[in-house]
Amino acid sequence: MKDFGFNVQPDFAIDFDRNDKRITEYLAIHEPSLNLCIGCGSCTGTCTAGHFTPFNIRQLHTLLRRGETSRLKPEIKKCMFCGKCQLVCPRGVNLRNVILRLNRAIERIG
Amino acid sequence: MLNKQRILIIGAGIAGLATAGALAGNGFEVVVAEKENQTGGHTRKWDRLFPSRRPGEEVVGYLENNLNGVTDIKFGVTVTGVIRNEAGFLVQFSDNTSTTADALVVATGFQVFDAHIKEEYGYGIYENVITSADLEALFREGKRLTTSEGKHPSRVGLIHCVGSRDEKVGNLYCSKVCCATGVKQAIEIREQLPECEVFSFYMDLRMYDRHFEELYFEAQQQWGVNFIRGRLSECSENPDHTLLLKTEDTLTGRPLRMNVDMLVLLVGFIPAPGTREIAEMAGLQVGSDGFLNSLDEHFNDNATTVPGIFITGAVKGPTTVVNAIADARATAQQITSWLKTGH
Repeated sequence: MKDFGFNVQPDFAIDFDRNDKRITEYLAIHEPSLNLCIGCGSCTGTCTAGHFTPFNIRQLHTLLRRGETSRLKPEIKKCMFCGKCQLVCPRGVNLRNVILRLNRAIERIG
Repeated sequence: MLNKQRILIIGAGIAGLATAGALAGNGFEVVVAEKENQTGGHTRKWDRLFPSRRPGEEVVGYLENNLNGVTDIKFGVTVTGVIRNEAGFLVQFSDNTSTTADALVVATGFQVFDAHIKEEYGYGIYENVITSADLEALFREGKRLTTSEGKHPSRVGLIHCVGSRDEKVGNLYCSKVCCATGVKQAIEIREQLPECEVFSFYMDLRMYDRHFEELYFEAQQQWGVNFIRGRLSECSENPDHTLLLKTEDTLTGRPLRMNVDMLVLLVGFIPAPGTREIAEMAGLQVGSDGFLNSLDEHFNDNATTVPGIFITGAVKGPTTVVNAIADARATAQQITSWLKTGH
């Protein structure tokens, strides 16, 4: 095929209606405290893994809520399960269970 | 008591009513002028108030029952002239009547922002775009939220800061009440239509007062309301009259698009149409935002640069119902002191 020297960029926008929200729905049932997140970033600020890698649990969760799951599987493995995020969360989100359930959801849903 | 001192209050909204009742209770003769044909202003039209969800009408009813004998309420009149003389004030009305007064209270309040001005949100263009005031009117009539196609919406978007914090429409200020109103209305939509998803688009949620944050918590925990941080950029209508929203989800740093069946615009406060005219007639200072300036925001917040003219409630800027009533009582106290001691 002739190379015209340009290509089509994939859509960078979040297409909420098309996205697969099964993991979000699964989490909403099994760890409803996650709905209380106000996006303050306390979790990410204290995160042990986040201080050495680009792991950002606050952003990962927000993306997940919009059905953006492509980075979820490789990213979630970076969590060392120390639980500091849960200690600092001002809304009392049970983040350890969130991580547990996320791993389970990835196993089930993929 | 002979020759009772008389106070004229312009506006019979909650601030005017509360000032009238408190001054009458202090022994003054009170006259109220109101441009509408009923008291209570916007509060009477508001189905329920945040955060307690007490009916707006109940607050107005309480203030009416505590007028302490004020019976002289002129309905359907506007002020056409304010003349200051040695005896006090002579105020003329649109029905060619006039009254003398020892002190005046300007309690002309606010009006809601005209959402047509934010054209990119489609109010008045797309049938399924309504305002928070429209939603309250619908609730007050006991009706259920319905799309232009006569169906119950399965997804509703609530847009914060419409006409507020927006240099483009000339309003740099925060309207203070829309955040809590939006969260309250999100809960009420979920209560009325449990199958309907609700998404709130906000820049900041300013849940500053007592019990506001708890309302936000309740909306998330009990009602599953979704909050997306980002100001709506544009709204366009699909062929089936649903609406495509474009915003940035600022917490993920990516543009986001989403379709909703209905959109509710949380409209802010702007000064009431008659406020500027009265300010010009009486020589009062108008702030850069169009609301009236008091003499001193800390030490003399109800007096003006004109001795004997006082301002109270939302004429001074966006305020909650709770704060408007508190301000009215402070005004009554200040006027009482001024009439008795001259300061």
